Amino acid sequence: MQKIHVADYAALPERAGQVVDLGGEQIVLFRLSNGEVKAVENRSPHPKGGTLGEGLVSGEYLYCPVYDWKISLNDGKVQAPDQGQVKIYQVDRDGEQVFVVK
Amino acid sequence: MEKKNLVMIGNGMAGVRTIEEILKFSPEAFKITIFGDEPHPNYNRIQLSTVLQGDTVVEDIILNSWEWYKENQIELFTGEAVTQIDPDKKQVISEKGRTVPYDELIIATGSSSFILPVPGADKSGVTGFRDIKDCEIMIKTAKDYKKAAVIGGGLLGLEAARGLLNLGMEVDVIHLMPHLMERQLDAAASKMLKQELESQGMNFLMEKQTAEILGEDRVTGLRFTDGSEIEADLIVMAVGIKPNVQLAKDSGIYVNRGIVVDDYMRTNIQNVYAVGECAEHREIVYGLVAPLYEQGKVLASSVCGMETKPYEGSLVGTGLKVSGVDLFSAGEIEDDPKTKAIKVHNEFDGVYKKILIRDNTIAGIVLYGETKDSSRLFRMMVKKEDVSGMTSVSILESGCCGGGGDSSDVATMANEEIVCGCNGVSKGTIVDAIKTKELTTVDEVGSCTNAGRSCGRCKSLISDILAHTLGDKYDTAAKKTALCGCTDLSRDEVVAEIKEKGLTSIKEVMNVLGWKQEEGCSKCRPALNYYLGMILQEQYLDERDSRLVNEKMHANIQKDGTYSVVPRMYGGVTTAADLKKIAEVAEKYDVPLVKLTGGQRIGLFGVNKEDLPAMWEDLGMPSGYAYGKTLRTVKTCVGAKFCRFGTQDSMGLGIELEKKFERLDTPHKVKMGVSACPRNCAEAGIKDFGVVGIDGGWEIYVAGNGGTDLRAGDLLETVKTKEEVMELIGAFMQYYRETANYLERTSKWVERVGLDHVKGILADENTRKELNERLDKTLEKYNEPWNEAIENKEIQEKYYQKREIPGKPILV
Repeated sequence: MQKIHVADYAALPERAGQVVDLGGEQIVLFRLSNGEVKAVENRSPHPKGGTLGEGLVSGEYLYCPVYDWKISLNDGKVQAPDQGQVKIYQVDRDGEQVFVVK
Repeated sequence: MEKKNLVMIGNGMAGVRTIEEILKFSPEAFKITIFGDEPHPNYNRIQLSTVLQGDTVVEDIILNSWEWYKENQIELFTGEAVTQIDPDKKQVISEKGRTVPYDELIIATGSSSFILPVPGADKSGVTGFRDIKDCEIMIKTAKDYKKAAVIGGGLLGLEAARGLLNLGMEVDVIHLMPHLMERQLDAAASKMLKQELESQGMNFLMEKQTAEILGEDRVTGLRFTDGSEIEADLIVMAVGIKPNVQLAKDSGIYVNRGIVVDDYMRTNIQNVYAVGECAEHREIVYGLVAPLYEQGKVLASSVCGMETKPYEGSLVGTGLKVSGVDLFSAGEIEDDPKTKAIKVHNEFDGVYKKILIRDNTIAGIVLYGETKDSSRLFRMMVKKEDVSGMTSVSILESGCCGGGGDSSDVATMANEEIVCGCNGVSKGTIVDAIKTKELTTVDEVGSCTNAGRSCGRCKSLISDILAHTLGDKYDTAAKKTALCGCTDLSRDEVVAEIKEKGLTSIKEVMNVLGWKQEEGCSKCRPALNYYLGMILQEQYLDERDSRLVNEKMHANIQKDGTYSVVPRMYGGVTTAADLKKIAEVAEKYDVPLVKLTGGQRIGLFGVNKEDLPAMWEDLGMPSGYAYGKTLRTVKTCVGAKFCRFGTQDSMGLGIELEKKFERLDTPHKVKMGVSACPRNCAEAGIKDFGVVGIDGGWEIYVAGNGGTDLRAGDLLETVKTKEEVMELIGAFMQYYRETANYLERTSKWVERVGLDHVKGILADENTRKELNERLDKTLEKYNEPWNEAIENKEIQEKYYQKREIPGKPILV
């Protein structure tokens, strides 16, 4: 397991995804309005694919920008009536520094 | 008052419905404990066949969720059977040794599939069809095996067989009797049913009795008493059900076929009741849901110590849940010397009807192929209506002229008549609920009264009752839809509240109006952002993060996450210099696709997000808004300047329109077209706003649509001058902006509010002026978004950058 410093907290805008490239693996960071930071793979769970970075964030949910699927940022699960799962990453925060653990 | 202990053994439909009734009567009276030996909460067993047939999934047939038990403080032990009832100590003991005392005990253990006691019945691959587990076995087996045999050609067997066909298996149905469903159908109807099912792919082996199930550990086939054999990898026993009574019997409760109960569902032991398929009432054990719910109601009243009418037994009607088969049966089936039958046998249409009349009342109904009259006939039968004064035609058909029969049917229905047989809901209850709770849809009626929530056959009748009760309001009321799942308020209500309470931000709207999801969803946030911007013409601060992706990025997202760039090209008119610039940018950024769009513009497709601001800067052109809920493009023909047919300057007017209305937020995208003559090369007839030049004037068309809902525009007016066109379109656009639902195109909007209504509004000069004033005020606030992005570093960082990783990985 490794911990990667991906961003500084203050630089993360609220409710607007920030895409980070980790050696070819694209991860989106979302700073929610409650202050928490969530990280998911930048790939829509919809069978046709697409990105998630520009999705609309409401509370702890993300709406896929391309297909409007509702996705929980806590566990990556797509909400009914759609089905699917987004890969999520553990986020660690040490004061100002935001880490992704993988 | 101390709560009494109420224990229920069994967690199925009849039992849990009884608990629901008890909670309705006396929510605080009992501490309730339920034992269920299945690992699920209460689910709709009737719908198992639809799960098997692949029409729905297990989650959708759950009737009471885990939360429901929690909310009602019911202690639920699932996957735990009760093994002993001790009526002396008034307690029950479970297989896990759990002892729970009771003051009142309900036995609702239901029934099991009757497994034929033939050699080999215990082999793997033999199952009943009774619960989720059975369903799962069948679904799993169908993945690895091919041949299924269903023993039993009754209701359950045929539904199982249809399910197995859907799962891709070959299905033999074995039936002991010469006719299918002989308890519900006579020979003629049964024959029609058999033909239909054979054409669906079922194979029938009639008058065969199973002697032995063949195979080693797992079944391989069946042998019949006549010595013949068939192969089978799966055997479904659907020969009947047997009430689960062993526990009651062992505990000294009087049992015959089922647990014997009186008219108040009491067993012979005090404080012990039985309900549902395990109970025997007046020598009948019911296996259909309607009577069980009636029993549950009576039982709930007696447990709560309330006065109640006794349960005196039920008449039941049956349908078959197999697609392509429409049948209904109730009461007696076979004629005898004292019955008179009305029969219709229309082989050509595949319709068969038989109404048996005894002593001037209906005693039996068999309908095949057409069942729309089933509820009416069934009601006549239950009410023992005297039919001596009726003609056979009027008995058979509702109404006299075919159409309109249903609503008059509802009108003449008495209030106490049952609409939903499954749940025992009367017309009166539904009408009351509609009136007092202001219900407007069948689903709402369902959630308030339970009507229509079991087999669903009565839904059309519920709809008729809604129509009859609400009259003209039904249609309009049905259209009152909530803005989204986050609120019950409609668009109009939300807009009115915003104006009335002076709300100024999305957050404030959600707080003040009690949004269910605190930060809204992808439906309400863009809509509220639009409504606020429309109402607060200049002061509203647009919330970019509440816009959907394309409007937020000012570029159209493509399916691979790249974007398209479409520069503005007013009226579709460009210059050689601009074309060169576009070409250079396309080369510089290695744009994979350059294509003309549907609206006469040039699109650069496949652009990376990070390149957007730089490309815009290099282009030096305004955004073409090919992505927005705003004016898209004004398509024009060449017109009088060059065309020999052109009567007007279409390009000039087109450019003027596009310059005036660009960037204006509208409920949905708006497309315009201007043609210089009625040949209409700019296709103005299928635009939201289309102008066609004629000799000495312009025709103005509105609400056309060339998209999903193809619609020709309506002629709004013919005017003489360009100025008149501009004034009229300004008023039209603003009226659309102020009254349409978000995401409602002009075509739908005009159809909803009526063209004459719009014409009426726009006919008044003062109104036109005011609309235009509000529009002009709104238009002042817009900035060019591409330029804004180029100049504003924050915007670039927030929306268009890809982040560099600041640190090296640390191993943890």
